Amino acid sequence: MRYSLFALAREAFRSHRGWQPVWRDAAPRPHYDVIIVGGGGHGLATAYYLAERFGIRNVAVLEKGWIGSGNAGRNTTIIRSNYLLPGNQPFYELSMQLWESLEQQLNYNTMVSQRGVLNLFHSDAQRDAFARRGNAMLLSGADAELLDADDVRRMLPLLDFDNARFPIKGGLLQRRGGTARHDAVVWGYARGASELGVDIVQNCEVTGFVRDGDRVVGVETSRGRIGCGSVGLAVAGSSSRVAKMLGLRLPIESHLIQAFVSEGIKPLIPGVVTFGAGHFYISQSDKGGLVFGGDIDGYNSYAQRGNLPVIEDVCEGGMALMPSIGRVRILRNWAGLLDMSMDGSPIIDRAPIEGVYLNAGWCYGGFKATPASGLCFAHLIANGSSHPVATELRLDRFAAGHLIDEKGRGAQPNLH
Amino acid sequence: MRINCPYCGERDLGEFVYFGDPVPRPDPSAADAAQRFHDSVYLRDNPAGPHQELWYHAYGCRGWLRVTRDTRTHAMLGSAFASDPA
Ligand SMILES: Cc1cc2nc3c(=O)[nH]c(=O)nc-3n(C[C@H](O)[C@H](O)[C@H](O)COP(=O)(O)OP(=O)(O)OC[C@H]3O[C@@H](n4cnc5c(N)ncnc54)[C@H](O)[C@@H]3O)c2cc1C
Repeated sequence: MRYSLFALAREAFRSHRGWQPVWRDAAPRPHYDVIIVGGGGHGLATAYYLAERFGIRNVAVLEKGWIGSGNAGRNTTIIRSNYLLPGNQPFYELSMQLWESLEQQLNYNTMVSQRGVLNLFHSDAQRDAFARRGNAMLLSGADAELLDADDVRRMLPLLDFDNARFPIKGGLLQRRGGTARHDAVVWGYARGASELGVDIVQNCEVTGFVRDGDRVVGVETSRGRIGCGSVGLAVAGSSSRVAKMLGLRLPIESHLIQAFVSEGIKPLIPGVVTFGAGHFYISQSDKGGLVFGGDIDGYNSYAQRGNLPVIEDVCEGGMALMPSIGRVRILRNWAGLLDMSMDGSPIIDRAPIEGVYLNAGWCYGGFKATPASGLCFAHLIANGSSHPVATELRLDRFAAGHLIDEKGRGAQPNLH
Repeated sequence: MRINCPYCGERDLGEFVYFGDPVPRPDPSAADAAQRFHDSVYLRDNPAGPHQELWYHAYGCRGWLRVTRDTRTHAMLGSAFASDPA
C-alpha cells in the first residue's frame, strides 16, 4: 500500500479502517538464498537493497528480539558526513546522499531533517584541525563551512560566550547534516524489504552455524534450522558473540554509551551542536525534548545500562556549554550495546569462512551509516566484491597496517 | 559500579581508569611473531559474562589491578594487584 495524500484522505473518510500492517511478520522457511542476522537498521537496509538493487529476493532477516530493539531504536539519530580520512569520508557522504532521497525511495516518512551539525572549536589549534577536516569534506563532495564566533552567536545566542577557559572561537558547520527518526528508518526499510518479498523473522535468535566442509550452509536458530546460500552478520554489539559460534575472534570490544532526553521545552537549539572542549552533544527533538549525550562509559559491557561518572561528565559538559539548560529536568536515560572496533572505523567484508559476510565495528556512529552500510553490504554479498566507497573497510586492515584511525589513538577502543 | 582495590578498599568507579584485557606481550623472537602481535594487539574474546580486565587506580593508590567482572551485569567477581600471580 502506497502512502499519499489521497490515501490519507480516503482513510479519513472510512475512519482509518483500511490501513494495512506496515510489514509482514514472517515465519521462517527452510531455505533462503541469503540470510541476514540482525534486524537493526543495517540488517534491514541490507535486505532491502539486496532485493531492490540486486534482485535477490529470497532473503530472510533473522532478529532475536523485535526489529529495532537494539541500537537502531536507542541512538540519538544524528546523521552527518564530516569525517577526515579517505577510507571513511566518501562512504559517509554516499550515506548522506542516500538519506536525502530516502523518503521518496521508501515512500515512508523517515523524518530526515537537515537542520545542520555544528562542531564548536575553542582554540586556534582546534580551528586549524577543523579547517583541515572541512577541506577533506569538500574534497569528497560534501558541504562544510567554517564559522567564526559571531556566526555562532547569531545561530545559538544562549551558549556561554564568556567562558574564559573554553572560549567559543567558531565552529565547523555541515548544513546538510541533521537528524532522522530512528524507528521510522527501521520500519521504512522493513516495509520496503517486506514488499519486495523479504521475510522478516522476529524472536529468532541465531545460536549456531551449519557447515558443509569449509562452507557455512545454514544457521541454527531458536526457531529451528534454516538453510542458506550465504549469511551476512549485522548484529552490531553482539558481533563477537556471534563470531565466536564460527570460531572467530574479532578486533572488537563491546562497550556501552548512554543517551539522555529532557522534558519538552520551547525551541532552543536549531540543529545539532557539539562541545569541542569536552564530550557533549545536543539537539532538540520535534517534541521539544533536549536529546544529548557524551562519551562512552569506557569498559567492556553487554548490560545496556551505564554508570554515574559518565552522567556527571555529560552534564558538566552541558553546563559548561550552555548554562541556561541547568534547570531543565532529565526525563529518561538509557544505553545501548556498541561494537567498538580497534581503530574506531567499521568493517564491511567477507569473513574468513566461505559463505559468511561481516558488517560490524560501527562504534557509536552507525546510525548515519545505515543506508550506505546496507547498500555496500548488499553489493558485497551480491557481487562478491566491495562497493567502491567501502574498499578500505576490510577485516584484514589490522594485520596489513592500513588502519582507519580518525583520531590517531591506536588499538584502544575506549579512546575512539 | 564500585571496584574493590586490595589496598584502598571498595572505591567509586570515577577513581579508576580502564585499560582492558591483560594481554601478555608475545615473544618477539617467535617464528610467527607478526601473527602473535596482531592477535594480542587487535583480537579480543569480548565475552558476555565474566571478564578479566586491567584497571588503574589513578585517584587512589595508583596501583594496577586485575579485576574480574561480569560484563552482563557489571557485578564484581574479584580483584587483585596485577603484579600478583594470576
Ligand atoms: C545511545 C546511543 C546513541 C547513538 N547515537 C548515534 C548517533 O547520534 N548517530 C549515529 O550515527 N549513530 C549513533 N549510535 C550508533 C548506532 O545506533 C549504531 O551504530 C547502529 O544502530 C548499529 O547498527 P544496527 O542498527 O544494525 O544495530 P542494532 O539495532 O543493534 O541491530 C543489531 C541487531 O542484531 C540482533 N542480534 C544480536 N544477536 C543476534 C543473534 N544471535 N541472532 C539474531 N539477532 C541477533 C539484536 O537483537 C539487534 O536487534 C548511537 C548508539 C547508541 C547506543
